[in-house]
Amino acid sequence: MSSPTSVATDTLVEIRGLSKSYWRGSEEIRVFADIDLDIHRGEFLALMGPSGSGKSTLLNIVAGLDHPTSGSVVVEGQDIARMSSRQLATWRSTHVGFIFQFYNLLPVLTAAQNVELPLLLTHLGKKERREHVLAALDLVGLSDRAEHFPGQLSGGQQQRVGIARAVVSDPTIILGDEPTGDLDATSGSEVLDLLERLSGEFGKTILMVTHDPNAAARAKATMHMDKGVLTR
Amino acid sequence: MTVGGLIRANLFRNKKRTFLTVASVAVAFFLYGVLRSVTTTLDAAAAVGSEARLVTSNASGITFTLPEAHANRLRSVPGVTSVSWSNWFGGYYRDPQDFFAQFAIKAESYLAMYPEIQITAGDREAFLRERTAALVGVGLLEKYGWQVGQTITLKGTIFSGDWEFVIRAAYTPAEAAYGDENMFFHYEYLYERTNGQITPGWFVVALDRPESAADIAATIDAQFKNSTAPTKTETERAFQAGFVTMWGNIGFLVRAIGTAVFFAILLVAANTMMMAVRERIGEIAVLKTVGFTDGAVAGLVIVESLLIALVGGALGLALAWSTFQGRNPMQAFFPGNGVTTGTTLLGFGLALLLGMISGAVPALQSARLSVTSALRRVA
Repeated sequence: MSSPTSVATDTLVEIRGLSKSYWRGSEEIRVFADIDLDIHRGEFLALMGPSGSGKSTLLNIVAGLDHPTSGSVVVEGQDIARMSSRQLATWRSTHVGFIFQFYNLLPVLTAAQNVELPLLLTHLGKKERREHVLAALDLVGLSDRAEHFPGQLSGGQQQRVGIARAVVSDPTIILGDEPTGDLDATSGSEVLDLLERLSGEFGKTILMVTHDPNAAARAKATMHMDKGVLTR
Repeated sequence: MTVGGLIRANLFRNKKRTFLTVASVAVAFFLYGVLRSVTTTLDAAAAVGSEARLVTSNASGITFTLPEAHANRLRSVPGVTSVSWSNWFGGYYRDPQDFFAQFAIKAESYLAMYPEIQITAGDREAFLRERTAALVGVGLLEKYGWQVGQTITLKGTIFSGDWEFVIRAAYTPAEAAYGDENMFFHYEYLYERTNGQITPGWFVVALDRPESAADIAATIDAQFKNSTAPTKTETERAFQAGFVTMWGNIGFLVRAIGTAVFFAILLVAANTMMMAVRERIGEIAVLKTVGFTDGAVAGLVIVESLLIALVGGALGLALAWSTFQGRNPMQAFFPGNGVTTGTTLLGFGLALLLGMISGAVPALQSARLSVTSALRRVA
């Protein structure tokens, strides 16, 4: 994890003329078109909008999980829209920390092993990996649950493990797809506390998709997407 | 944790299913090991005969005998150095399951012709001296706990009645393939007990030059062409091979069964891997999200599939190998049988192939899996 910084104003993600369409037979289904967006380093952004508005698609494109139909997504000078699947996979391993709505922990691995997954792709030795994992678990307050399997943890705890997995490789940007969507109010609040801390204390850049206005209120800025139109 | 740890965790995710799949692969490879050993043993049995000796049998088949008078005419054929003969006895010891090969032989000339039968000079003399003497392989002594000097009784099947023999000598085969579970006794004893009704089953002809075997065989058969008992002469190896084919086309049968088993187990293993991948689509999507490439996730699936096939294959082959250790029933007729190095290597090759093929489709599915659609499916 990088040392705490104040929120900087330089642009980390620069999205220009971004469009995404799907084809159903000969019919083109446009998700969104010609989106421009700048995400600044250290920003904690919430992206709201009704179901089917295209917010998750935008998040997936920023995460390098999906390709746009046209436009560019430049992250730290690299246009990920032009990368191959293989290049994107490598890029994701160092630049993206992803938090899923349903935690998506591997049930056969312990909390520590789940957190360690992204580090398997690095050149870190076993001991160093262990140190990073324990630091990440400590950050989310679950050091004492390192050897527990997901089935032995509550939903809130599982999501905190998911957050530890997202931050363990110190990524450039943390992306959350409704990270509190499957949690009760208390657990959701704890997760949001963590995200706030990651942004405020560690200067992490966070883009979070949410339906929940209360969750969005915890971000430093909120964007809305409706029928493919993004407003800030 | 390492990538190996991740594979191990996935393998033991559903222990029962992994165990059953490994067990079914093991059973298939056990069958492969045993069945292929049958064919390699048959091939070895067919190859055990000498190219330097000819066997002259009745042209109508080896169940028909030949006149003893043929022996003198055989000796007169140029290139023939000596002639002996033998008969199949076909008895059993105690009960029909205690069955082994017994031959009535023209002892002195026969033993002189077969350096494969290693016997001490003293034992040889003792055997030749006594009309009811038997010469048995050391394997038979061990199998039935017999001792030299012991009298044994065989029940005849072709030649009915109880037949008493005194074990006067034991032999060790010069090569394992010759076998150490044969019994030889004097042709004269058989001749007398059958009141002179028996004649030689086949003649064994020693040659001065093995390369002239084909010409000499043709000469012999031409000589008896118009006699009351026409002959069929071939090298001992060819004769042995013909004897083995009496078992039918076992090689084809074994290969057919082996192929069917292989494909059946291929489907089982492929189905297991497809199920394993299908139930963890979300997890594969997570691996890809954190940076595992398409090739890496496909590799994880292939390695998992290979491990199942190789562990199952190794267990099955080990079981097949252990089946042939020590004395086993097949050794009486197919000496030296067992899982050969060739069978083992081919087995591991097949296990490798099984692992690759059964893992190929699910690995491809994993590689092609779209993270976004996979996450939508599991949400």
